Amino acid sequence: MLPPAPALDAATTPSGFLLVLSIAIPIAGVLLAFVLGDRYVRLVAFAMVPLELAITVTIVAAVPHSTGPLVYLLGAWPPPLGVALRVDGLAAVMLAATAVVISAVAVYAGAEFSVTTTKARAPFVFWILLLAVWAALNAIFVGGDLFTLYVALELLTFAAVPLVSLDGRPETLRAAIRYLLFALLGSVLYLLGTALLYGLHATLDIVLLSHRIGAEPASLVAAALMTSGLLAKTALFPLHLWLPPAHAGAPAAGSAILSGLVVKGSFFIIVRLWFQVMPGLPGFAATQLLAALGAAAIVFGSVLALRQERLKLLIAYSTLAQIGYLFLMFPLAFNGSGHLESGGALAGGLLQAASHATAKAAMFMAAGSIYAGLGHDRITGLGGIARVLPLSVLAFAFAGIALIGVQPSGASLAKDLLLQAATERQQWWWAVVLQAGGVFTAAYVLLVLAHALAPPDKPVVLTGPAPRLGDVAALVLALCSLLLGLVPWEPYLPVPYISPPDLSGLGTLSKSLLPVLGGVVLAILLSPRPHPFASSVRWKVAIGMLNRFRRGCCAFSSYVERGNGVLCEWPAASTCLLMLALLFSVLMLVAA
Amino acid sequence: MSIETVIEIVLAAVVLTLGVWTIVVPETFSATVGFVAYGLLVALIWVRLDAADVALTEAAIGGGLGGVLLLGAAARLRDADMMADARPGKLLRAGAAALSVLTAAVLAGVVLLLPDPAPTLAPAAVANAWATGLSNPVTNVLMAFRAMDTMLEKVVLLLAIIGVWSLAPDSAWGGRPGPRHQADPRGVLAFLARLLPPVGIVIGIYILWTGSDHPGGAFQGGAILASMWLLAIMAGLADTPLVSHRSVRFILVAGPGLFLLVGLAGLLFGAAFLSYPPALAKPLILGIEIAMTLTIAATLGLLLAGAPERSTEP
Amino acid sequence: MSGVTVFGLCAAAAVGLGLYGLITNPQPLRKIIAFNLLGSGVFLLFGVVGRRGAAAGMGNDPVPQALVITGVVVAFSATALAIALLLRLFQTSASVARSGRASPGDDPDQVGG
Repeated sequence: MLPPAPALDAATTPSGFLLVLSIAIPIAGVLLAFVLGDRYVRLVAFAMVPLELAITVTIVAAVPHSTGPLVYLLGAWPPPLGVALRVDGLAAVMLAATAVVISAVAVYAGAEFSVTTTKARAPFVFWILLLAVWAALNAIFVGGDLFTLYVALELLTFAAVPLVSLDGRPETLRAAIRYLLFALLGSVLYLLGTALLYGLHATLDIVLLSHRIGAEPASLVAAALMTSGLLAKTALFPLHLWLPPAHAGAPAAGSAILSGLVVKGSFFIIVRLWFQVMPGLPGFAATQLLAALGAAAIVFGSVLALRQERLKLLIAYSTLAQIGYLFLMFPLAFNGSGHLESGGALAGGLLQAASHATAKAAMFMAAGSIYAGLGHDRITGLGGIARVLPLSVLAFAFAGIALIGVQPSGASLAKDLLLQAATERQQWWWAVVLQAGGVFTAAYVLLVLAHALAPPDKPVVLTGPAPRLGDVAALVLALCSLLLGLVPWEPYLPVPYISPPDLSGLGTLSKSLLPVLGGVVLAILLSPRPHPFASSVRWKVAIGMLNRFRRGCCAFSSYVERGNGVLCEWPAASTCLLMLALLFSVLMLVAA
Repeated sequence: MSIETVIEIVLAAVVLTLGVWTIVVPETFSATVGFVAYGLLVALIWVRLDAADVALTEAAIGGGLGGVLLLGAAARLRDADMMADARPGKLLRAGAAALSVLTAAVLAGVVLLLPDPAPTLAPAAVANAWATGLSNPVTNVLMAFRAMDTMLEKVVLLLAIIGVWSLAPDSAWGGRPGPRHQADPRGVLAFLARLLPPVGIVIGIYILWTGSDHPGGAFQGGAILASMWLLAIMAGLADTPLVSHRSVRFILVAGPGLFLLVGLAGLLFGAAFLSYPPALAKPLILGIEIAMTLTIAATLGLLLAGAPERSTEP
Repeated sequence: MSGVTVFGLCAAAAVGLGLYGLITNPQPLRKIIAFNLLGSGVFLLFGVVGRRGAAAGMGNDPVPQALVITGVVVAFSATALAIALLLRLFQTSASVARSGRASPGDDPDQVGG
């Protein structure tokens, strides 16, 4: 009997052992911290974070020097019998984004989660889970086998759920249960797909599968089940019922991790599935459906964000909208020969994921500082905080500007790449959605900033000391997102040539101003509460003329809210999940 | 139609009837009992599918510990309607039923469409068994070919413990999980708790030991040990441990810890991470499995015991 | 009709049943039970796939068997975590309801829910 036929890239590459360490180090940290107990958890985490950061840097530096992906065969067993770890450019980008965000969160949380005699529980859980999230995400980015990815995905869920309910209030417990149950439903559908794929091809290795998979109906059904299960875990509209309460209820550092990173794990597996396992199978209609859900997510998430009273909920709904943005790349990557092409659109999507990770984590961290300072996070009560918490507001502002897509942010480069792909593929309608997304983002960011910069009704009294170091961490993270467009991406992502960002030109100025102006108008029209914009007399006249129109818009947004309420009922959302699974099956079967 | 097929059809029909009962019966407690019976019969299906290792696991979990977990929860949550969502309307229920039937039908169709002869890794797994010296191929897959999955899964178990403990009130952090059980020292429970554990421990160790060559292994053995421990706790013969106790923490990480250490030793001195030198493979794997059995027994027991409720000070 | 086919159809039906229960049952504990039913259907499908791949003297392909054992452990952990959350919610909402009668309304500035 011969040993199993080796895969095409079935040999460990020289620096492949780093991939093992990227998973093993945080796991070792989890085990060590668990044994050493309360007093040493933070110390262990602070020791592991720089170590893991160094390993990530080494991996990212090694990728451009390798001809193919970095590969490691676990136990020296080649697939299909064994499991391989692989790092390509896409994985390297996500590894780097994760490392940056987690390091910043660790600095931010250093003060909040220090162990005292009265509270040992929350720090113990937080630091261990921080390391566990890192291990799980790295396993997802590096894993080359669909079942290993399943276990890693579950690891991620188990690390994320207790973060939601860390404070133990009934609302957060309820949010955690809902999150856990819906995530479990998603992962069961994913597992169902892997069972079918194994039955068809006797392997779950991504590279081997990509060679064996064809347009068999069973493969397509499997892909549809896996995709919809992963969408439930990514909280793409209309499967988002669990996200806002979970992300807004966690402590700020936890929210930063959940919103910035955890949803990207399942998103990344969808990318692997569609672009690498079966680039030729989804077909035009399925990619359009995916992006249509994304467009709906942008509208729903943004409109709802504008209606929130609390800053953390606004940011959580913004995550909902930004997740939608991530799915616009799928139809734009669909080329003339019916394949999903790993080109500019994919690069744009991944860049968007990395810039959202950094910017959104920074936003939640800034919001956490504001909450800690004021003792509340009512948006209308933010007046005057720019003077007492300048660093927090600045971090929020930078993160917001980065998200809107002002040059040279990562989001702006991503938008350029996607717009270019939309022109090439002649799908102008996604260009409209892309531009509208920027305007919507500007609307809710400006709404918050307008309140924060407005003069206070009464003198602001801080309830706690401003966490200086934490604010610096948030600011650095926001700056990262703002400067991502300047990074040379060519070694990692398939970036086609686009003209280098021109920071002074008139075109750039107008490109940045248009979403801002549009955002101001939208914020006035769609936010139901009194505006700081409307405080001066001249504005009042202008807004008086707009009033009838504004009433119409508010009616629209309250309809959106009511519709969202229906979709966030458990039976409706889970029915949507099943319908999506069947719809994707049908669309792929028709295309095949 | 052969007599075997008839038996299989009857078995499948009974299992499905129990499944329907579990879903539609109004009382939660009856549903739980239905699910336990369902789990035990599913173990029989696994025997029929010639997968004895899975059958043992399914019986230990589906019918055994999982049943205890669900029954305990059902007993404590008797009047828990305040946590329920709104009951969906008739239309929505009909829609959900239609979609579920459709999904099941699609799956059934796919099952019928699976290729014949089926692709398989069984020959490859058998041909490479030399590398470990163990003759149970399932153990080989779990401990050698796909050892990474097994290690990550053990970390999942640990995270589940951390997640459960994270729900403790701050005042009880580090304390003992669950209420202190008191049973009549001359009652049936105490009698069983004295009688069964010695037998159970022997069986648990046997199942671990035999797992290298026959069906069985760390998980199944650990599950039996855990149930013996729980029996002693429920009879009041033992108390749940302090979760802050160093030795408890140590036992809970022993399995994945040793796995990781052996894996890293392979990375440094051997062929690869999680590879075993052929001469040492069998003792190394057995060592890991012994540590894992202890860890699994402790983890399963503590998962059932729940979050710490009693503080360190009595 | 062979045994494999019978159990394959049984697995598909268990998945359908579990899905229906998970969608329509309002009680969280019943949702957890339905999730377990759904999971056991998926595992059975792996078993059927493995049984079809019987070869080399093995009655069932060992790889899917190993995947199922891993999956069962993960599903059990999930059940335990979900039930712990549920019991904790039961305790806290009971105590909030009790204290709520004494001092109506909890802190309106807290985010959540």
